[in-house]
Amino acid sequence: MDYFIELFFSGLTRGSIYALIALGYTMVYGIIGLINFAHGEIYMIGAFTAFIVATVLSIYGFPLLAIVVIAGVAAVVWSSSYAYTIEKIAYKPLRHAPRLSPLISAIGMSIFLQNYVLLAQTSDFLPFPALIPEFAFMEPIAHIVGSSDLVILITTFIVMIILTIIIKFSKIGKAMRATAQDRMMATLVGINVNSVISATFIVGSALAAIGGLLIASHIGQINFYIGFIAGIKAFTAAVLGGIGSIPGAVLGSLILGLTESFATGYVSSDYEDVFAFSLLVLILIFKPSGLLGKTTNQKV
Amino acid sequence: MISLKELKKGLLTSLWFVFLTFPIMVIKVDPFERTITWRWHNAVYMAIGTFCIFFIMKFYMQRKEMKKDTQKDSNDSILQKTLLDTRKRNIFIGTVLAVALLFPQFVSSYQTNVMTTALMYVVLGLGLNIVVGLAGLLDLGFVAFYAVGAYSYALLNLHFGLGFWTVLPIGGLMAAFFGIMLGFPVLRLRGDYLAIVTLGFGEIIRLILENWGTFSQGPSGISNIPRPSLFGLDLSLGQAINYTYYLMIVFVIITIFVVNRLQDSRLGRAWIALREDEIACQAMGIDKRKTKLVAFSLGAFWAGAVGVIFAAKTTFINPASFTFLESAIILSIVVLGGMGSIIGVIFGALILILMPEYLRALSEYRMLAFGAILVCMMIFRPQGLISNIRRTYKFDKTNLKTTPK
Repeated sequence: MDYFIELFFSGLTRGSIYALIALGYTMVYGIIGLINFAHGEIYMIGAFTAFIVATVLSIYGFPLLAIVVIAGVAAVVWSSSYAYTIEKIAYKPLRHAPRLSPLISAIGMSIFLQNYVLLAQTSDFLPFPALIPEFAFMEPIAHIVGSSDLVILITTFIVMIILTIIIKFSKIGKAMRATAQDRMMATLVGINVNSVISATFIVGSALAAIGGLLIASHIGQINFYIGFIAGIKAFTAAVLGGIGSIPGAVLGSLILGLTESFATGYVSSDYEDVFAFSLLVLILIFKPSGLLGKTTNQKV
Repeated sequence: MISLKELKKGLLTSLWFVFLTFPIMVIKVDPFERTITWRWHNAVYMAIGTFCIFFIMKFYMQRKEMKKDTQKDSNDSILQKTLLDTRKRNIFIGTVLAVALLFPQFVSSYQTNVMTTALMYVVLGLGLNIVVGLAGLLDLGFVAFYAVGAYSYALLNLHFGLGFWTVLPIGGLMAAFFGIMLGFPVLRLRGDYLAIVTLGFGEIIRLILENWGTFSQGPSGISNIPRPSLFGLDLSLGQAINYTYYLMIVFVIITIFVVNRLQDSRLGRAWIALREDEIACQAMGIDKRKTKLVAFSLGAFWAGAVGVIFAAKTTFINPASFTFLESAIILSIVVLGGMGSIIGVIFGALILILMPEYLRALSEYRMLAFGAILVCMMIFRPQGLISNIRRTYKFDKTNLKTTPK
C-alpha cells in the first residue's frame, strides 16, 4: 500500500509539472491555433536561468530564501522575454500563412534555442542546487512523500488558482477569451489582438519557468535537452485533455503523470516514454478532440 | 538614409537582445569548482551583431516594398527556365550525370563517402517530399522508417544470413508496412495533431530499439553488417565505397523517375488536391483514406530502402543514429529546397549535407544554422529555394486585366 501511495504522489508531482507546461501550449493554441513547439525550450531556458542565477548567488553567499525568490523571479522574467521575442520574430510574420508554416518555424526555433544553449553553456548535465529544503514535519512520511513533492503540489495549486482568477475576472483574461473565440470580432470591439497574443505568450512561459525551476530542483540536474522531452510530454497532456481547454490541460497532465508513474512502478521503467506516447495515440484514435475538448465541425 | 529615429530603434533592439541573452551568453558558472566566468565580450558581439541585423532587415524590407510597387515579382529562377526548355534540360541533365559518374575517379574515397551520404539524403528528402510536399501531411517521425529499413537488414542478415539484394526490397516493404500501421490511426487527425503523433511514433520506435535488448541488441547496436555484394566478387574497401556510390546514383535516378511520374499521375494529383483542400477533394470523389495511406506507405518505402543501404554502407548501426534530429534534418531539406519540388529537394540535400562537411570549423553551429534556416525560410521564402512550378495554361488576352497565373 505504501508503494501505491508513493507512486500516486510521484505521479501527481509529475502531473502538476506537466500541467504547468501544458497550460502554455493550450493557451497559445486556443488563441492562435499554433502548436508552439519552442515552448519546451522556454521551460528549459527558465530552468537554466534559475540555475545560473542560483549558483551565482550561492557563490556570493546569499541566504536560501533570497536565492529561491531571486532565481524564481529571474526565471520568470527571462522566460517571458524569450517567449515575447520569439513570438515577434518567428510567429507574428506568419499569422496569415498556411497552417504548416508557423509549425515548421516553431520547430526551427526549438532546434535553434536548444543549440544556442548548448553552444553558449555546455552539453553536460549540470547539478542544480537544492532550492527546496527538507522540512522537519515531513520526517515521518518522508519515505512516501518528499518535501519537494509537497512544495511542487502546493505551488502548482496556488499558481492554478491565480491563473483561473486572471482568466476569469481580469480585463486581460477576458480579452484573451474573446480573442480565442473570435479574433476578428475581438478586434472590432476594440481589443488590441497583438498585445493579447503577446500577453498569452508571456503568461504561458511564466508558468513554464516556474515549472522549470521546480522540476530542476526536484530532480537535481539539468541540461540543454530537458525541454524537448518535457515539451512533448506536456503537449501530449494538453492533447489528452483537449487542446485549447485549460481545465482539460490540467486533467490530461494529471492522467499522464499518474499513468507514467504507475506504469514505471508496476511494469517497467525502460518504457516510460513509450507508455506516454501510446496513451496519446490511443486517445486520439478514440476521441480525436481529447477528453474535454470541443468537437469543431470544419466549415467550408 | 538612416534617420535618427531608426537609429534609436536599432539601438533599443540591440539592447533588448543583450538583456535577453545576458544570463546564458555572458555568465558561465562551474558548480563543482564554484567559480563564475563573466564573458563580457559576448555581450558586445551580441550588441553589434543584432544592431547590424536590424539594419540589414530594414534594408531588405524596404527593397521588398519597392519591388512590390514597381514590378510583379517573377518567381521563376534561371534554373527553372532551363528546365522548362526540353533541349536545355537534356544538356543540363547530361552534364550533371557526367560529373556524377566521373566524380569518384578524381577525388579521394573520403569525398566519395561524403557524397554517398548526401545522395542518401536526396532519396530520403524525396521520400519525405511525397508525404509533406505533395500530400501535405507533416511527418515528424520520418526517421522511424529509415530505422526500420536499417534494422531489417541488420537483423535479417544476423539471424538468417540474408544478403543485401534480398533485403533491399524487404526493408522497403517493411517500412511501407509500418507506414500503413502508423497511417491507420492518424487518418482522422488534422495537420498539427498528425505532426505530434508521428513524432511520438518515431520516438517509440527508437525507444523500443534501445530498450528491447534481446531483439535489437540495445544501445550498443549491431556491427559487422556486410557491405553490398557484386556478383560474389571480393571488393577492396575503396572499391566497395565506389560501388556503394554508383549504387546510390542509380537509386537516386530511379527515385527521381518514380517520383516525377507519380507527381503527374492520378494519384499525385489526388495528393496535391488533398493538400490544397481536404473537403473539396473529398467532394470530388477522392478516397481520402486510401490516398493518405498510399502517401504514407510510399514515402516510408523509400526511407526503408535507404535505411538498408545506410546499414550496408556504415556496416554498423545503433539507435542513436535515428533520433528526432535526423527527422528534423530531412524536414529541413524538404523545406529549404521547396516543398513538392524535386530539383529543389536535391539541391536542399546537397547544400545541407555537404556544407557542414566542407565547413568543418562551423560544424558545431550546424544544428543552430538548421534551426535558423527553418525559421528564416518560413518567413522570407516559404516556397523554398527552388519552388515547384505548377503546370498551368497561359491565357494571353491583352484586354483582360488579370492573367491567371
